[in-house]
Order: sequence, then structure tokens, then C-alpha cells
Amino acid sequence: MEYIFAGIWKAFGLIFSLDREVFDITWLSLKVSAMATILASLTGIPAGFIIGTEDFIGKRVLITLFNTLMAFPTVVVGLLLYSLISRQGPLGPLGLLFTPWAMLIGQFILATPIIVALTISATQGIDPRVRPTSLSMGANSFQTAGTMLSEARFALISAVIAGFGRVITEVGCALMVGGNIRGYTRTMTTAIALETAKGEFSFALALGFILLMVAFLVNIFFHWLQGRR
Amino acid sequence: MIENYHFAIRDLTQFYDGNKVLDIPDLVIKKGLIYGVIGPNGSGKTTLLSILSLLARPSSGRVYFDGLEINGQGNNESALRRQMAMVLQNPFLFNMTVEKNVAYGLKIRGWSKKEQKNKVRECLDLVGLTGFEKRKAHELSGGEAQRVAIARGIAVNPKVLFLDEPTVNIDETHIEILEKVIEELNRRDKTTIIFTTHDLDQAYRLAHGVIILSGGRLKKVLSSDSFRDSV
Amino acid sequence: MNRLSLLILVVIFAVSSFAPALAGERLKLSTTTSTENSGLLCALLPPFEEMFDIKVDVIPVGTGKALKIAETGDVDVTLVHARSLEDRFVKQGYGVNRREVMYNDFVIIGSKSDPAEVRKAKTAVEAFQRIAGRQSMYISRGDNSGTHVKELEIWKRASKRPSGSWYLEAGKGMGAVLIMAHEKKAYALTDRGTYLALLGSNKIDLPILFEGDPVLFNSYGIIAVNPAKHAHVNYVKAMALIGWVTSRAGQKIIKEFGRDRFGKPLFIPLAIPNP
Repeated sequence: MEYIFAGIWKAFGLIFSLDREVFDITWLSLKVSAMATILASLTGIPAGFIIGTEDFIGKRVLITLFNTLMAFPTVVVGLLLYSLISRQGPLGPLGLLFTPWAMLIGQFILATPIIVALTISATQGIDPRVRPTSLSMGANSFQTAGTMLSEARFALISAVIAGFGRVITEVGCALMVGGNIRGYTRTMTTAIALETAKGEFSFALALGFILLMVAFLVNIFFHWLQGRR
Repeated sequence: MIENYHFAIRDLTQFYDGNKVLDIPDLVIKKGLIYGVIGPNGSGKTTLLSILSLLARPSSGRVYFDGLEINGQGNNESALRRQMAMVLQNPFLFNMTVEKNVAYGLKIRGWSKKEQKNKVRECLDLVGLTGFEKRKAHELSGGEAQRVAIARGIAVNPKVLFLDEPTVNIDETHIEILEKVIEELNRRDKTTIIFTTHDLDQAYRLAHGVIILSGGRLKKVLSSDSFRDSV
Repeated sequence: MNRLSLLILVVIFAVSSFAPALAGERLKLSTTTSTENSGLLCALLPPFEEMFDIKVDVIPVGTGKALKIAETGDVDVTLVHARSLEDRFVKQGYGVNRREVMYNDFVIIGSKSDPAEVRKAKTAVEAFQRIAGRQSMYISRGDNSGTHVKELEIWKRASKRPSGSWYLEAGKGMGAVLIMAHEKKAYALTDRGTYLALLGSNKIDLPILFEGDPVLFNSYGIIAVNPAKHAHVNYVKAMALIGWVTSRAGQKIIKEFGRDRFGKPLFIPLAIPNP
């Protein structure tokens, strides 16, 4: 029990002393995960919207596929990506393995299905009158889509938060393709894994505590963003 | 004489799940008049409005708007729609303020903020909702929402305004306001107005022409004078 | 609307702050968890980085994996400790210019009560035989690391193939295995450096039960990835790193490392025994 309190105490110390290493790790985690979430949203929301609102052959299959991919183990994504970008893989010449870019790609792959699947369910919750109302006011198809997305904004923000939550907390993929390089690809989760292995429980706990706070602050930010528009 | 016609319908049919829900061999809507569409539930009133306002495509037949075939190839549907406005039965307000709802069509048409603001105020005044700008749409009563939807429709200065059962959710005193709005809009801007109603009296009070539908078939088109005689 | 522009601003900020992290020359070094966990590299690498204006990306994995990613050309240079694997790596042409860097030794640790009486053993092989004989709990790295290779070598010499509920394959790094051993009061083979580091920070309280057998000698070698196999590797800087860690200055850092924290050094330089 004692070391848990020690960890919490140390966490406060690390946060308020603005420990350089903790700051760098936190900042890198945020940057990579935020970028991955943004890119996944830019592709996942339009894709989910089209899948959710258009009728086509194979729609059910596609929805099932994305629902399944939501639960795709992060280490499997890491493994597949690793074999792609290793020097021996087809994308080897790009030299992506053990760089932040590799983690970014991995997290993008992890976040996109979640955002697509939750966008699909968000579009299914849109009032059926939104589309005719918007069209009858003279909106073209892009403007109508924009209005429909705007009406579903609360559910969409939840989708984005869920995607972000998945990538900022995942460790398997980041560890595999990032390599846990100090000051370069060491994220909060891979650092926690490493520090635990080293027996530095209080440092690991401190990072875990910071991760929790970051998640909390990001949620508050999004909550404020969706506020009163 | 074709210049006097807004809409001309030829051999229009609409099927839904294999059932013929609308069958109109021939109908014209003249510019600058008010039309009432009456008929029992399921008589095809809403279907007719949807087709005229380009929200639905007919199964067969042709519809002309200002001489253009509206479902023809190469037509810009949203450009045509921008000359009209439709207020749905049980209308939907976007989850925003009243002001943004009423300004919706104006924003799409690229009006400046200032123009939008003035027009919104004018339209809210017209439907008796002065000062409602900052209210949230989902906080309004059914009747208030209906009037906001109508304000949103008239804000875009449409050539044709469609109103599907516009007074069904509204209490007596406000029905009177709305009927005045309809007449005023028609008189002032020469807006063509097509509304559906259950209320024969209302159709008689407001409309210059009455379209009677039954079971999807066009029964009669009457001028209000002959309509009065037939009642 | 201003919320949206704020969001865009945040995005631009995030993207722009991403760019500098990718600039500059980088050298990738795969190494064992023991060197990373002991903190040696944090002392050894920064002077090199400054000297050559380069960042060394340290990828801490087991020796087997460290050599594997060197074999596929995903790193430029590797620092490992499993002589047999290293020799094969060089022989197969994946690595060139192997240099001995330093050594420490393996020790057998376990709980104070020592149920298998490992303390009485004369050799490491005998110690392992005693553990197997008593079926006392033993935690193996089980990750194809240098330590794991050494464990298997000793088991082989002891003519035992360890299996059963007393033999746990952790599949984890050295530090994690020591902590498991501490939690479960089990035996384990460990390099002295990691052991001292954890002991010194009170993470474990397991004593050394056996040490000193020549079979427990644990030497670290550094090998450049062969540019003839992988054209893209940064061979020149890999050689510079090899030069640095085997230089008088580099060896001195190794010799001094850990003296202040643990009273004695964690590693003993091999390239220049008395730098």
C-alpha cells in the first residue's frame, strides 16, 4: 500500500516541478495521439457518414467489419504494421520503423475504425427530417451533409473522444513500432511499461496519474468545444 | 400564357411500395396565387408537395417549373430549390438558436451577417415572435416551433412557399396571425403559396384556387368562387 | 465559430511542433534491457551525441531481438551480450567490426532462506541442479535475451531440461524478472548490474547466493550492421559510436558508472581495462 501513496506523492512532485522528462513524454504522447485522432477523424467521419447515410450492397457487412475492427488488438496492429515498415517489409525503404511517424500510423489505424463505427451509429440517430428540411431550404448536398453532421455533433465528439481514448492509452502498438526510444518515441504508456519493468513503481504510478489527468483535461476541452454553439 | 404558370404537371404518378399514391394527369399552378390542397389523410397531399418542392422524384410523368423540366438531366436541383421554401408538417428545427434557424437559408445563400440579422428580426416580427432570437429551438412550444419554421421559410423570399398543414399545431389566436402572414406575403411579394389543410373553411378563406385530392387522384381544381358555391 | 478557429490553431500548433522532432541525424542502436535499465547509456551516450551532433535512438529489447532487428537492417549498430549469438551474427555477414566493450557477471539470486541450498554449490551447474532437484521456484527470462541464452547454456551443462510448475518463463526484461523473483521468493539468474541497481534502490531484498564461476562471465560486444547487407545503414556513425565506447574516455565512463550510487562499478571495461 505504501508505495501507492508514495507514487501519488511523487506524481504531484513531478508535475509541479515540471520535470523535463515527464513533460517531454507527456507532450509526445499528446502530440502523436492528437495528430492520429485528427487524421482519423478527417477520414473516419466522412467515411462513417457515407456508410451510414447511403444505401449500397454490402453495407451491413461493412458496418460489421468496422464494429469488429473497433476491438482489434493493438499488438496485432503493431505486428502487421511492423512487418510492413521493417526494412525487409514492402515499405522498408521509407525508414519509418522506430520513429514517431510509425506510432502515428499505428494509432491512426487503431482510431479510424472506432470513429467510423461510432459515426455510423451517430448518423443513424439523426432526425429523419434534418435532410429534407435542409434540402428544402436550398442547401446543396455538401451543405446538407454539414448540417446533418452538425446535428449529430454531440455523438460525433463522443466518437472522436473514444478514438483519442483508445490511442492515448494503447501500449502494444506504440511499443512495437516506436521502440520506446527515450526522448523520441517514449510515450506515457510505454514509459509506464518500462518503469514498471525497472521496478520504478512510483515513477510509473506518477505517469499513470498524469495520463489520467490528461485524459480528464482533454475531455473537458472537448466538452467545452461542443458547448453552446 | 405559359409565363403565368409556375408549375405545370403532366401525367404524374408516384408509386410507393407498389401502391399508386398519386396520379395527376394534368395540373397547373399559376404565379402569384394562393392554393389550398385539401383531402383526407393518405390522399397524396404531402406527396404532391414533396414532388413540387423537389424533395421526391416522381415515378413517372413530367413537372415543369418556370418552363424548366425539374427532374430533367443536367438541372441544378439545389439552384431550383433555392427559389422555393418548404415548411414540413411537424417541422424540424435545428438544434441551435432561433436566430440561426431562421437565418439558415440566408447563410446558404451567402447573405452577410448584418443582412441576416435584419431579415431574421423582420420575419420573427411577422410571425409574432419578436425578441425570440436567442432562444434555443428545443425549448420552444410546438406552436412556437411551427411559427419559427414558417419564419425560416419566408426569410429566403421564395418565389413559391409550400406549407404542409401549417396551422395544425397552432392555437386559435395564432392561426389568425399566420393566415394574415400568408395573405400579406402574397400581397406584398407576390409569393405563390401552396398549403395543405384539413380545414375546408381555411382553404376557402385564404386560397385563390383549391386542389381537391382523394386516394391520390385529382378530383377537382376550383377557383375560390366556385369552391364557395360547391360548399 | 471562434471555437472552431481555436481548434484549427491547436492542430496547426501540434503539427508544427511535430516537425523539429524529425529533423537532424539519428543513429539507431538496439541493445539489451540490462544496459538501458542500469542507466549506463544515459551516462555514456550524451557526450557522443554532443561530439557528433547526432541523436542516438536506443531501442531496449532482449539480446535475441536486438540482433534480429539488426539483422533486418532496422538499426545501425547493436550492443548485446550473448557471445554465441554475436559470433553467428558476424559469421552470417549481418554484422562487422565486433568489439568487446565491457563485462560484468551473472549471479544467482534467491530468497534468504535458500530452500535448495544453492549457497553450498561449487559451480553454477551444481547450483542449477540443486534448484531443479528441489523443484524450487525459478524464474527464467524466457525472452531469448543474453541472460536467457546463458540460462539455457547452464541448464544444458547441468543435463536438465527445466519444466514444471516450479519453472516460470516470464518473457520479460531483467528488472521485471527480478521483481517477480522478489514477489514470489524465487531463484533467478541475473546480471550483476541490473541486480545492484534494483538492490540499491530497495526494489528487491534478495541476496546473491552464488557467484564467481567462470561460466557466469557476461561480456558485452558492440557490432556495426554490415553496410554490404543493408545499404541504408549509417555505417560511418555506427563506427564512430563503436570508436567512442571503446575509446579511453568512453571506457572511463563505463569504469566509473555506478560507483557513486552502489559503491562499486556495475560494469568493468574490456576494451581498455585501465583507461
